[in-house]
Amino acid sequence: MNPLLKSILSPSFGFAILRVMTPILFASIGVAFSALAGSINISLEGTMLISAFFGVIVSAFTKSLTLGLISGILAGIGLASILAYFHLKLKADIILAAIALNMFASGFTIFLLYIFAKDKGTSSSLKSLVFPSIQIPILKDIPILGEIISGHNILTYLALLSILIFFIIIFKTPLGLRIRAVGQNPDAASSVGINVNKIKFYALLLSGIFGALGGLYLSMGYVSWFARDMTAGRGFIAIAASNLGAHLPLGVFLASILFGILNTIAIYLASLQVPSEFIQMIPYIATIITLTIYSIQASRKKRKL
Amino acid sequence: MDKYILKYFNLIRTIIAILIGVFICILIIFIISKDPQNGLRYFFLGPFSSTGRFGNVIEMASPIILCGLAISIPFQAEQFNVGAEGALFIAAAVTTGFGVSTSFPKIIHIPLMILVAGGVGAIWGFIPGILKAKWKASELVITLMMNYVALYLSLYIINFHFRDKKAGFLVSYQLPKTAWFDQFIKNTRIHYGVILTIIFIILVYILLYKTKLGYEIRMTGMNINFAKYGGINTFKIIVLSQVIGGFIAGIAGISEVMGIHRRFNWQGTPGYGWDGVVVAIIGRNHPILIAFASIFIAYLRVSGQVLNLLTDIPAEIVTILESIIILLITAEAFLTQWKYRITVREAEKKEVKIESPS
Amino acid sequence: MGVILSVKNIVKVYPNGVVANKGVSLDVEEGTIHAIVGENGAGKTTLMKIVFGIEESQEGQIFFKGKRIKIKNPYDAIKNGIGMVHQHFMLAQDLTVYENLLLGIEPKRGIFLNTKEAIEITKKVSNDYGLSVPFDKKIKDLPIGLRQRVEILKALIRNAELLILDEPTSVLTPQETEVLFNTLKALKKAGKTIIFISHKLKEVLEIADKVTIMRDGKIVVTKDAKELNEHEIAYLMVGREISFERIPPNDKQGEVIFEAQDISFINEDNVKVLKGVSFKLKSYEILGLCGIEGNGQTELVEILTGLRRPLTGKILLKDKEITNLLPREIREKRVSHIPEDRMKDGVADRATVEENIIVDRYYKKGFSGRLLLKEKEIENHSNELIRKFNILTFSSKNPVSSLSGGNIQKVVVARELSSNPLIIIADQPTRGIDVGSEELVHNLLKDARDNGAGIFLVSADLDEILKLSTRILVIYNGEIVKEFINQEGLTGRDLGPYMLGLKKEKDNG
Repeated sequence: MNPLLKSILSPSFGFAILRVMTPILFASIGVAFSALAGSINISLEGTMLISAFFGVIVSAFTKSLTLGLISGILAGIGLASILAYFHLKLKADIILAAIALNMFASGFTIFLLYIFAKDKGTSSSLKSLVFPSIQIPILKDIPILGEIISGHNILTYLALLSILIFFIIIFKTPLGLRIRAVGQNPDAASSVGINVNKIKFYALLLSGIFGALGGLYLSMGYVSWFARDMTAGRGFIAIAASNLGAHLPLGVFLASILFGILNTIAIYLASLQVPSEFIQMIPYIATIITLTIYSIQASRKKRKL
Repeated sequence: MDKYILKYFNLIRTIIAILIGVFICILIIFIISKDPQNGLRYFFLGPFSSTGRFGNVIEMASPIILCGLAISIPFQAEQFNVGAEGALFIAAAVTTGFGVSTSFPKIIHIPLMILVAGGVGAIWGFIPGILKAKWKASELVITLMMNYVALYLSLYIINFHFRDKKAGFLVSYQLPKTAWFDQFIKNTRIHYGVILTIIFIILVYILLYKTKLGYEIRMTGMNINFAKYGGINTFKIIVLSQVIGGFIAGIAGISEVMGIHRRFNWQGTPGYGWDGVVVAIIGRNHPILIAFASIFIAYLRVSGQVLNLLTDIPAEIVTILESIIILLITAEAFLTQWKYRITVREAEKKEVKIESPS
Repeated sequence: MGVILSVKNIVKVYPNGVVANKGVSLDVEEGTIHAIVGENGAGKTTLMKIVFGIEESQEGQIFFKGKRIKIKNPYDAIKNGIGMVHQHFMLAQDLTVYENLLLGIEPKRGIFLNTKEAIEITKKVSNDYGLSVPFDKKIKDLPIGLRQRVEILKALIRNAELLILDEPTSVLTPQETEVLFNTLKALKKAGKTIIFISHKLKEVLEIADKVTIMRDGKIVVTKDAKELNEHEIAYLMVGREISFERIPPNDKQGEVIFEAQDISFINEDNVKVLKGVSFKLKSYEILGLCGIEGNGQTELVEILTGLRRPLTGKILLKDKEITNLLPREIREKRVSHIPEDRMKDGVADRATVEENIIVDRYYKKGFSGRLLLKEKEIENHSNELIRKFNILTFSSKNPVSSLSGGNIQKVVVARELSSNPLIIIADQPTRGIDVGSEELVHNLLKDARDNGAGIFLVSADLDEILKLSTRILVIYNGEIVKEFINQEGLTGRDLGPYMLGLKKEKDNG
């Protein structure tokens, strides 16, 4: 059998998909929350970066995983709060402000990296901690499924759980109802006394939290160090995935799986002699194609000149 | 006094934003540097410390200006195109390939190189343009993705087809001298591409504010429904604005190669495209303001380089400064309370004038 | 019953410098229906927005039930028992009726939504006031009359004692208006107080107990409704006599210059919004199209002006088909268009007056060369039009955003009428502008008609239709259901049943 096909059909491929998918899933949920509230957060690239950094630095210096986790999340919330402040209070365009914050995160993390690790490339000189991987008791013994599902980093399982959390918050809580109302018609929400800015702020906070989890996974699970600009565009893929999934739980989940699969194929293909650049292009071209298809369908429904 | 504040409000706001950012950086320098006095000296005056360094400011500003101009055109049409980075990269790669595989006398080679680069950039801009015009696909996301496609495609082209195996790194063959922009100021690397940039500033100004096409672009950006109802072919404008933007971005890319590096030696995208977004925002899409903003940014970058080289302060402090400035500038409500109070005072003055007996 | 709401010395200045309220003081008695009338820019909507907390005043106090209250946002207003039904409904399209009603006061079970209780509460308040609504349908699936009802319930469910309605009948037929008025009377009987903002003087006199007239940011007078008639109010609003006389038809027998044949259109929700619309427009006439908004008028106008392609059908200009031409091509055939929403489609408010005026002609020989614009010619032309159409602006290079609503509409009208059109499609041409400007626009249309143009007038204002039209078409549910020749004695009561679909051409009597 073709070695490529063999690889794809093996359980380790499924395992890899879940690994690769984790940061994208977290970040897409983050984007989705903000999009549903009508203030899409495209600074998740920077959010993930800054959380990845602080998780590594704090865990290296305090030798505490918990502190690393908390500081990573706080960093993510912090960046999202700055975005919220500038957009909601100072009326900055949310896209432009997010671009500025992405830039800030990149420069700031490298700046601090140099100061703390004396290296502008990676933090490998520091001994930072990682989140543990766990085997799930009964599932791990199921023949093929077990190899795919069990043994993942704890954050991967949290990512899958997050889809459920996303669903519950958006559809089963008052906050979720208000977020949807604010996103659909902010005037309607404020006419009943809802503070639109407060709700948008909460949505951005949520996007910061989930973005932070994505970043923490990258530097303390996927690999165990921080490298400059290590998010490598995942924050932007998250935007695409959330758009593709119409910012709703099921859609975002499926879109993330799709991107996970494409990314993993790219990695597998690298073992063959195809120029690696073509492989690396795949997820981005795929995003363009899927977004185009989606737009074609959406515009078919409208049919204006 | 109040009247002048209102008129030049945006300019004053920009200046205050810059001052705040600079102030924060001064603080940072004092906190982290073992020799802050020196650090500050280099931060402010670094670029003046030698002709070469000052020349660096001009050379560096040139591609940033071009990218700013490139971005400003789709921006004026309300197209959030951030694809100048990809356009300049792939245009540079393809045109370098063209340049090393062809030979012409200089007087033909140079214009051809410029046209090829512009053409590639234009094609690269056409794709998001047509997707947006026809199917409303988000040009923000598409150009973002295309930047990565351009990166990998260009690396493939250079590494697999035009790689100079004799050189130590992954770089292309050197361009023949007939395809060089000569450097004409002693002790600097300022090259004829800089002159080209200045020409483009004028051309873009004329385009946007004096031509029919420019009017169509600006009206489409101000209110697309109005433009459509009025009879403007907004479909054409959306596509054309991105094509023209791509054209200029492509030239930005090859200008760097022809004037400074003389071969394609970028391992990753150089960032001028993103700088273009920044200066377009700071310069409010106006060619002259963009030029000033670009020189300012280039000045900062060179300061950063000097800091990196001669002090213990990393160059990234400049990135931090830029992001703070952009944040403050995009904050429309920044200082608006102040403007509002002045507006109320002016309005009340007018009311009193009308009420009082003549 | 005493005074429930009292405002004193309210001053409001907007950030662009406009002084909307100049020391307004007003008392509203409990249990009355109190109307506030005035031209656009008079300040009545601003005043109510201040009472409801959407805007904040610079000076002034608000007293509710005798106590001084501070209202900084709608929440404060609602807490005090003030509710508002807005002109443009404040509903979330993709949420259900009960979700919209309980938004902000959601019944909870722990940290989760208690959907069952939400539905119960909806049913109860609906029954209490006799206003039935389908509680689990999404707003986007409801007709306009029901949406307004949801808006009213929204206020009642929050125990509003003072209900403010902003132009509530602007989207209703005469019949639906009657239903609304009965509702208001019932609410009055239940002890509620109602403030009613309106342009429509006939309705105001029908329903109101007291009328307050505002002009230019100040209160002119407050009187009992039975002491006033329409003409008096109009005079107080602008200080001169307003004619409600029909304009005389033009004697010339025009020929057919514009024709729609069997136009059909299906929108993106797969609803057939136009079902075989046909009509002929002659020169020297004004053909009025009346109907409740949302019965296909918007789509019809878009098709006639080249912004949409119809599913079937043809548009003929002097017997030549123009159905699928682009907007510019249609304009070049001397078809002008005054759009329904001037801010959305008629002007670019950040652009200058000049730039707005030349959008349909900048490419023509007098205004540009092969590449460049002829700036001096453009400036002269704009200044000429500013004079001729009486547009109040300091300079042709001012941004349109600095003009008042009426003057913005004048910019649009100046552009559309100055190209010497053969056909004018005027869609709600006087919506939201002051009476003075309205009359100017009407006169301009009449003059254009008398010069041989054919005008297709689409309007939700029955008075306007009755005043200007030579013939009147009624549209309902995408079909032309009746044609009238306009003459004395024809009133809104004749048009109403057709507008509501109660009658069609085939019916007899």
